[in-house]
Amino acid sequence: MTTVRESLNKALIACLRESAEVYFLGEDILDPYGGAFKVAEGLSTQFSDRVITTPVSEAGIVGVGIGMALRGLRPVVEIMFGDFITLAADQLINHAAKIRWMSGDATSVPLVVRTPMGGGRGYGPTHSQSLEKHFLGVAGLRVVAVSSLDDPGALLRSAVLEDDDPVLLVEHKLLYPSAILPLDGRGDFDIVRHSNGYPDYQLQLHRSPKPSLTLGAYGYMAELAREAMRRLAYEKEIFCELIVPTQISPFKLESLYESAAQTKRVLVIEEGSQTMGWGAEVSARLHEDMPSKIKVGRIGALEMPIPAAIRLEAAVLPSIEKIMNMAVALIA
Amino acid sequence: MELSPSHADLYRKMLRIRLFEERLLDLFPSGQIYGTTHTYIGQEANAVGVLAAMQDGDLIVSNHRCHGHFLAYGGSMHALAAELLGRETGICGGRGGSQHIKWRDFFSNGILGGTVPIAVGMAFAVTAMQRNSVVFTFIGDGTLGEGVVYESLNMAALWNLPLLFVVENNRYAQSTPVELNLAGDMCARFQAFGISAMELEARDVFEIMQCARENTPSIRAGEGPRALILHTYRFAPHSKGDDTRDPKEIKRYRTQDPLQLLAAGIESEERKKIEEAVAEEIAEAYANAESDPLADPESLTLLLGGAS
Repeated sequence: MTTVRESLNKALIACLRESAEVYFLGEDILDPYGGAFKVAEGLSTQFSDRVITTPVSEAGIVGVGIGMALRGLRPVVEIMFGDFITLAADQLINHAAKIRWMSGDATSVPLVVRTPMGGGRGYGPTHSQSLEKHFLGVAGLRVVAVSSLDDPGALLRSAVLEDDDPVLLVEHKLLYPSAILPLDGRGDFDIVRHSNGYPDYQLQLHRSPKPSLTLGAYGYMAELAREAMRRLAYEKEIFCELIVPTQISPFKLESLYESAAQTKRVLVIEEGSQTMGWGAEVSARLHEDMPSKIKVGRIGALEMPIPAAIRLEAAVLPSIEKIMNMAVALIA
Repeated sequence: MELSPSHADLYRKMLRIRLFEERLLDLFPSGQIYGTTHTYIGQEANAVGVLAAMQDGDLIVSNHRCHGHFLAYGGSMHALAAELLGRETGICGGRGGSQHIKWRDFFSNGILGGTVPIAVGMAFAVTAMQRNSVVFTFIGDGTLGEGVVYESLNMAALWNLPLLFVVENNRYAQSTPVELNLAGDMCARFQAFGISAMELEARDVFEIMQCARENTPSIRAGEGPRALILHTYRFAPHSKGDDTRDPKEIKRYRTQDPLQLLAAGIESEERKKIEEAVAEEIAEAYANAESDPLADPESLTLLLGGAS
């Protein structure tokens, strides 16, 4: 059984091995520590000259990554917690995302910034957030979300070795120990991969009847959605199709549209707070772009900081039960 | 690197910047220039003197007040005029405008301080690729208020990277005098990170040039970054019409104009010839730019392969 963490770790090792242009920078990433979530484990031992431990300077190290990328290297910068990405927002928005365009394509910024987002670990208001919504729609910056489906390492590998534009790679911290669900769905799920750049996945329970509801979710929310899909089938006889995008910005919603055209009902699920979030944009686009009316529901975190105590945190974040309740309401 | 530029060479280079910028400010009231600008009038000796130490393969990271750096780097006056006039022949086809220039190894951006870690990253890369390049990084006194500068100085020193930090202290951050926004000592900021720093009253372009040339060989040899603080003065407003300084103060500094100090050392006939040639060059650059086609909205491309 391979976990998401192992898949990402192997991909980083492969990238460093395959290209001398790849550098890895971050805080506390040297062995034996290997990064706060151990994704960098073993890297510094094997590639000591290209794995650089940095000061606690999130803006600075993302800027350094941009400068390296502008001079022909392919840096990967790890930001220890996604919450700290606010410190590097200027670098991402005003520099990385714009330089290529401002120069009339005279240069490019092949930079990957990886960071763990998300709650569920009791880390409280500043170490549990899903802040990626603030970077959606930033022209020139791609936001990609790892899920436990298929091959998360391949996603990272594409971003590092094949993408010449800056990528913010969002890794939900609860996914790291999760087992990867391969494309065969282990007999539980029928999974179709739509590969047009960063792939989308279309999931149904194996041999389930025609779905009456589309679920849209990325990252760890796709795990919850998968479990909700199973329970909705067995407990409520509601059959769903789940669409899991990996590129969440720029928006690439063809798979979702295709499913929505069949079901006419879509439930979008995100872990960030709902207002002005991913689901809001998906909902707006469904209304604008679909020829027939689609009923849309949204689930996100409550509009407050994420509390530390376990019961409070659970009340604020999306859950399988919340997804099931909203699904039932949408079908009614 | 030119071995020993003469009075005349340096005067020509500084005058090109001065007259280009004066012409630019003259164009604003006529409505021909859209947007804003930050002129370098009074500070020309800094760019010309410092960049006399530049060699092939060196990089320049500049800021919002970048025209002088760009011209001293060797950038095209016509392309700069065209960029400012929103023409398709502009350096960046009208996308960047006054503050956002990318040409060869010259980069500028209008976010104060945001450029500095990028300069450090460039220096990291040139070192990794074993090029003996120096990254000349221009900032101003106002930028010393930005936190990311200190993150960058720390990494530059920690990793022993080839940068020359040039602080042009023109004594004002926009309208605010340096006394009201900066505590402590400018050199000490660098020295705290183990970065050798020296300061100059930047009036004599030869002195600036000599100082830059003395500082770059050790940087190029891999002995780590250095800093040069140039106490200077801008004669024109921060941008266009936003000057609240005491006119008497400006007048006083005008009497120490580095351009005029230099001019005094050149024989009058030669000087006249230079002035005529530069005036002609500038008239031609602007005239050509004005007759170039306006940047076409059709040229705008979506980012990331057009996905949205």
